[in-house]
Amino acid sequence: MERVPILKLGDILIVSIQIDLDDQSVLTLQEDLAETVVSRGARGVIIDITAVEIVDSFIGRMLSTIAAMTRMLDAETVVVGMRPAVAITLVELGLSLGGVRTALNLEKGVVMLEHARSAEG
Amino acid sequence: MSGQELPIATNGDVVLVRQKVRSVAAEIGLSLVDQTKIVTAASELARNVLVHAGGGRVEVEKVSTGLRPGLRLVFSDEGPGISDIAQAMTDGFTTGGGLGLGLSGSRRLVDEFDLVSAPGEGTRIMVTKWAR
Ligand SMILES: Nc1ncnc2c1ncn2[C@@H]1O[C@H](COP(=O)(O)OP(=O)(O)OP(=O)(O)O)[C@@H](O)[C@H]1O
Ligand SMILES: [Mg+2]
Repeated sequence: MERVPILKLGDILIVSIQIDLDDQSVLTLQEDLAETVVSRGARGVIIDITAVEIVDSFIGRMLSTIAAMTRMLDAETVVVGMRPAVAITLVELGLSLGGVRTALNLEKGVVMLEHARSAEG
Repeated sequence: MSGQELPIATNGDVVLVRQKVRSVAAEIGLSLVDQTKIVTAASELARNVLVHAGGGRVEVEKVSTGLRPGLRLVFSDEGPGISDIAQAMTDGFTTGGGLGLGLSGSRRLVDEFDLVSAPGEGTRIMVTKWAR
């Protein structure tokens, strides 16, 4: 099983998926992330999928689950770096990723989280 | 034509199937989008074999119409089979608490989709993607 590192930058957690994850590793990442959001008091999570070649229903569900889960833990999740071919394929597969916020790249993801924060006051 | 059989018995095997399909899809010159579609479909169908049938195999084969090369995948297992195929092919239908998009979504991602299954007789799904 592979473990994906979770980096901390201020009160944002950054997860960059660099390898083809098997389903068990995906579930482990989900759990690790929930625990880390709480233990580090994170307010935002960025999941960077720049290197991810395909998003199937399992990974898609993980992204939706993480978004919903972190929201319950008072943190916002943004998925960044989706490849155009992945977006096209996801739509055809029928996955809408409802409730998942996306940004084109890491930088825009950080800005999005900062805006979400300042809107809260 | 040249075919290769891969086992589907563990989560790790599903990853290996994705990687094999990706490399053959690139080799026969599928576009990046088409590579992504066939790998995604392969991932869904391989996971179904593992989750719903307890394991099986896939045959990865290069095919050709003479003019156009293509990639054919034949997934087969000796699992419980599917009693109502039309229902299983419906968006959102699942017996396992999934999203129910694996079968119906895969069909949209490939050029040809052929499913043969009966209760107690396992399942065989053949999909083909042609280079444009
Ligand atoms: N190889 C198989 N053997 C037996 N039944 C299968 C097989 N593949 C699919 N099925 C049946 O068809 C249903 C629909 O499959 P599909 O992949 O569309 O959804 P799912 O696997 O339940 O959920 P998802 O793939 O979205 O996580 C499954 O719930 C299962 O009952
Ligand atoms: Mg499925």
